[in-house]
Amino acid sequence: MALSPDDVRKVGSLARLALTDDEVEHLTPQLNDLIAQFERLQAVDTSGVPAMSHAVPVVAFLREDVVVPSLPKAVVLAMGPEVDELLGGFVVPQVLAGDA
Amino acid sequence: MSEITNLTATEIASAVREGIVSAVDILDAFLDRIADVDPHVGAFLIVTSDAARQAATAVDAKIAAGIDPGKLAGVPIAIKDNMCTRGIATTCASKLLDGFIPPYDATVITRLQDAGAVIIGKTNLDEFAMGSSCENSALGVTRNPWDLSKVPGGSSGGSAAAVAARLVPIALGSDTGGSIRQPAAFCGTIGLKPTYGMVSRFGLVAFASSLDQIGPFANTVDDIALVMEVLSGHDPKDSTSLPIDAPELMKASHGDIKGLRIGIPDEYFADGISEPVREAVMEVVDKLVELGAVVSHLSMPHTEYTLPAYYIVAPAEASSNLARYDGVRYGNRASKTLSHEDLAEKTREQGFGPEVKRRILIGTYALSAGYYDAFYHKAMQVRTLIQQDFVKAFEHVDVLITPTTPTTAFGIGEKSDDPLAMKLSDICTLSANLAGVPGISIPAGFDDEGLPFGVQLLGPALSEALLLKVSRAYLDATNWTDQEPVL
Repeated sequence: MALSPDDVRKVGSLARLALTDDEVEHLTPQLNDLIAQFERLQAVDTSGVPAMSHAVPVVAFLREDVVVPSLPKAVVLAMGPEVDELLGGFVVPQVLAGDA
Repeated sequence: MSEITNLTATEIASAVREGIVSAVDILDAFLDRIADVDPHVGAFLIVTSDAARQAATAVDAKIAAGIDPGKLAGVPIAIKDNMCTRGIATTCASKLLDGFIPPYDATVITRLQDAGAVIIGKTNLDEFAMGSSCENSALGVTRNPWDLSKVPGGSSGGSAAAVAARLVPIALGSDTGGSIRQPAAFCGTIGLKPTYGMVSRFGLVAFASSLDQIGPFANTVDDIALVMEVLSGHDPKDSTSLPIDAPELMKASHGDIKGLRIGIPDEYFADGISEPVREAVMEVVDKLVELGAVVSHLSMPHTEYTLPAYYIVAPAEASSNLARYDGVRYGNRASKTLSHEDLAEKTREQGFGPEVKRRILIGTYALSAGYYDAFYHKAMQVRTLIQQDFVKAFEHVDVLITPTTPTTAFGIGEKSDDPLAMKLSDICTLSANLAGVPGISIPAGFDDEGLPFGVQLLGPALSEALLLKVSRAYLDATNWTDQEPVL
């Protein structure tokens, strides 16, 4: 199941990483080294073995429906690299097609 | 002032609480030592002198007013820079988060402050805690205090180096696959990875949520016990926090180890473990037998699958956790972008270093359509088998002893572009995270080059007191923790 450079570009796109050609060339054999390790797992008989997502049981529960303080909007916005303080939001490039 | 920096945290807290020395005097001694030594070691990314002085002054004011400032009164503590500190930059040693200032504290920070600790700065790490040498930091080089040409280990290398160099008596790290125990071994300190869920992860920047656990570095068992009493215990802000109170580890970690059953899992001594490391572990075993322990060999047959299982599970979780860094809400962002996709792709491409990209790619691949069953689901099943190996082992023995690392510290640059070789340095520590059990690395002497050996003890879930008791018995019978690097 070795990856080709095109596969690496495709995975990069899924992961939202705009990889350069040099990176793809460098990363492809490194990723294949690791994937070759993964293949070893196929030798393990796991029929009937449950999959474990957490080592201890994690139970999702609802907390009491009580209003507690959260971070003030201005404090949260202060972390943003580009914000519109007047509208009170984070600025992103245009999402919908149409006039800017 | 030099003698102050040789005090343990337990001694400092006791002296400050009794009014023998002020918290500000303690702080000044450590700040002087950091100014002298850290230019050579590079443990800290930032030293927060002003905030530390305010905290120390507040402790002294409480003493003057007759109020108990807490168990860690006046103890300077360093924090790995992947734990959120309100008003203080938290970078994860990444260009992507350079300049990010969190608006809240991690639970561990709040608990330390409430116990009178003085947070003195943030330490270097491999970017987003991904690595084994600190060389993946985008923000600086950290050197091993025992030999400045060697790595301190990673990913919590800055915290391990800071404790080894006596820049602080205690530092916090995080351990996802060995990131506390491996640098503790390389730097000759004690490093504890607690049971999963023992210490709150709230405010710890997530790498692999089902494996991440915060824990301490220190030079004595007392100091590990002291700080764990403060850090442990349920936190409603972390849904994976265990519903337990903090255990009384200081009291419970004393006593003899007569009749203690120690297991040697043979698979941990397979090819790749250097002969000197193997001998160092066996010398520890001999000492424990002298102290009354009973030793037996056993098999943990799925050990050989730990590395592939880990390097599917951890990157899969990382690829999901790190999806949040898209340049919108915090951190750096790429300029001149055309769309939201373009903004995310360029921000991430420019912000993440090579190891973080490798892990995001591997994780995305393992979770992608067509490979999920073959890789991710299979790895989660193998994880069950690895945990069952531990359950079966602990039916026969109380603790397991293994090397912490296959070799002593390697050279800076030696493995930095060979990701697989780098990952093999964590081969002995990955299983504890997959199984959720606690592990500790303790100093076990020095090799021919004067580099420290580390030995790992593993126990069942919630056996921290026992691990500390065994560590104490061994370290009391040797003088390793009295030795410090010449800097």
